[in-house]
Amino acid sequence: MTTTETRPLPTGPVVRTERVSVRVRTRAVTATVALLVAAVVLGALAMTLGDYQLSVGQVIGALTGSGSRAQEYVVLGLRAPRVVLALVVGAALGVGGAVFQSLARNNLASPDLLGFTTGAASGALIAIVLVGGGPAGTTIGAIAGTLVTAVVVQALLGGAVGGYRLVLVGIGVNAVLAAFNNFLILRTDLSTAVAAQSWLVGTLNGRGWTQVVAVAIALAVLVPIAAAGSRRLDLLGMGDDVARGLGVAVERTRITTLLVGVALVGVATAAVGPVAFVALAAPQLARRLTGTTGPGVLAAGLLGAVLLLAGDVLGQRLAAPTQFPAGTMTAAVGGLYLVWLLAREWRAGR
Amino acid sequence: MTHRLRAEGLTLAYEQRTVIRELDVAIPDGSFTVIVGPNACGKSTLLRGLARMIKPAAGSVTLDERPITAYGPKEVARRLALLPQSPTAPDGITVLDLVARGRYPHQSLLKQWSVADEEAVREAMAATGVAELAERDVGQLSGGQRQRVWIAMVLAQQTPLLLLDEPTTFLDIAFQLDVLDLCADLHAGGERTLVAVLHDLNHACRYATHLVAMREGAIVAQGPPGDIVDADLVKAVFGITCEVVPDPQTGTPMIVPAGRETRRRRREAAAAEDPVAVTPS
Repeated sequence: MTTTETRPLPTGPVVRTERVSVRVRTRAVTATVALLVAAVVLGALAMTLGDYQLSVGQVIGALTGSGSRAQEYVVLGLRAPRVVLALVVGAALGVGGAVFQSLARNNLASPDLLGFTTGAASGALIAIVLVGGGPAGTTIGAIAGTLVTAVVVQALLGGAVGGYRLVLVGIGVNAVLAAFNNFLILRTDLSTAVAAQSWLVGTLNGRGWTQVVAVAIALAVLVPIAAAGSRRLDLLGMGDDVARGLGVAVERTRITTLLVGVALVGVATAAVGPVAFVALAAPQLARRLTGTTGPGVLAAGLLGAVLLLAGDVLGQRLAAPTQFPAGTMTAAVGGLYLVWLLAREWRAGR
Repeated sequence: MTHRLRAEGLTLAYEQRTVIRELDVAIPDGSFTVIVGPNACGKSTLLRGLARMIKPAAGSVTLDERPITAYGPKEVARRLALLPQSPTAPDGITVLDLVARGRYPHQSLLKQWSVADEEAVREAMAATGVAELAERDVGQLSGGQRQRVWIAMVLAQQTPLLLLDEPTTFLDIAFQLDVLDLCADLHAGGERTLVAVLHDLNHACRYATHLVAMREGAIVAQGPPGDIVDADLVKAVFGITCEVVPDPQTGTPMIVPAGRETRRRRREAAAAEDPVAVTPS
């Protein structure tokens, strides 16, 4: 004990100024920067792909206003909104997933598995079918649908957060809501039904700057709240008593972060329809990359952005000229990931 | 004698079930107070109530002459720390990172790792003997080591009051003594007040300076173990017949339960006298 008194703590680099003092988690910072770079590079590449071939230089030219009119139209009018939408929606889902997984202290507690996304779709469908849609109506409907589903799931789980119970409740809720969504579509007229159905597969087709702005505003407001609360959320992972003992306002933290997660998932779903897998996988992969224990809101958001954009690019290019919706791609990959995850939990005996 | 932490008319209930009814208790400053009693007598509930984990159905807890509810959450956490019964360590967290979490009530969004934080963590790890384990994964440690790490976390909070809920449960006898010795060391400076819930009455008598004996949500007796523990108290609290002898090592009261035959004869005699109030063993 006497020899260790003088040994420095293995904290890693520390930054201390008059008003700020933080430990710099080298690995987490590196991973976050790498993800940011990956998002930008992937975004630029995605804008070069398509029937109208462009080089990276031509894309940058069009973005900075020195390209031809045709190039500017293709990049700014068609490809940029789609790429940016994939990035912001992916980020919203990643952050939302991180929040929910932390809140439930369970990696399987993602909004898609628990039926929140389907609930968001129900809310949005009610808005589309009954009120006639419109971006504002769809968004409000999706948020309300997510919130109602979250409350119902919470009541069904009754505080228990065992992995299989969570998944089973999710299956039940998903099935009921999917049936309800089908019912809504069937009892409406053909053109509304087609519009609703195309929205339901989760696609970035035919979306534009309107959706980008809505999701971006939500991100700008909600991500700082989620990031500021992420330490408290992390402490909640040690149990309510430990967190309260350390001075965390447990109930307030839980309600605030739940609302933030609900709003993020609702807005994202309203913009592009239900997208599976991103909210489930992004936070887990982000934690693995950064080597941290907490919700890792920023890294999860960036990873979500990269995942959804990659899914959309693959969906467009994999079997071109046939295009798969991004939601179908992520659902296909996500199914495999979920099987692997459950098999691993099974072997770990949980 | 001063009492920074006390409860008046405290009633604590979970949902419908009232566990503690109108209880008064004052924790002597600088004491090592140990709460004992049979299973489900409400000893952990009382500790959790004192640490504002349960909202009282009636009565109040007073911390430093103010109701504990009048403080902000972090303000309480700078005065009083609680180690609950079964805390969960996040997957893959290192010892250093876990102990550092004890600094949360002293930190803010911008100030997350001040020189004072670093000092407190260093001291807490040295006092609990876990400094060498700093970079180890908490999940890989033995039960005894892990309990030391958790104690280091609440120590890093640097509170004058430290509450421990059954810190020795699930540990073998060597680790139990190890943790209790650590508690005695932490108490020895005289600056700190310790309150612990313990199962083993002999351990409680050895280590406590102030003993609180509970039964069915009420306090049966309290005071220094040497003054209050005798065969009658053990009978009244645990319902067992025993002999109380001086501990050959420490001179504190030691409980030696009567043999099986003796206890059975006593029980039958009691049942014959009063068929309604049959107590166990």
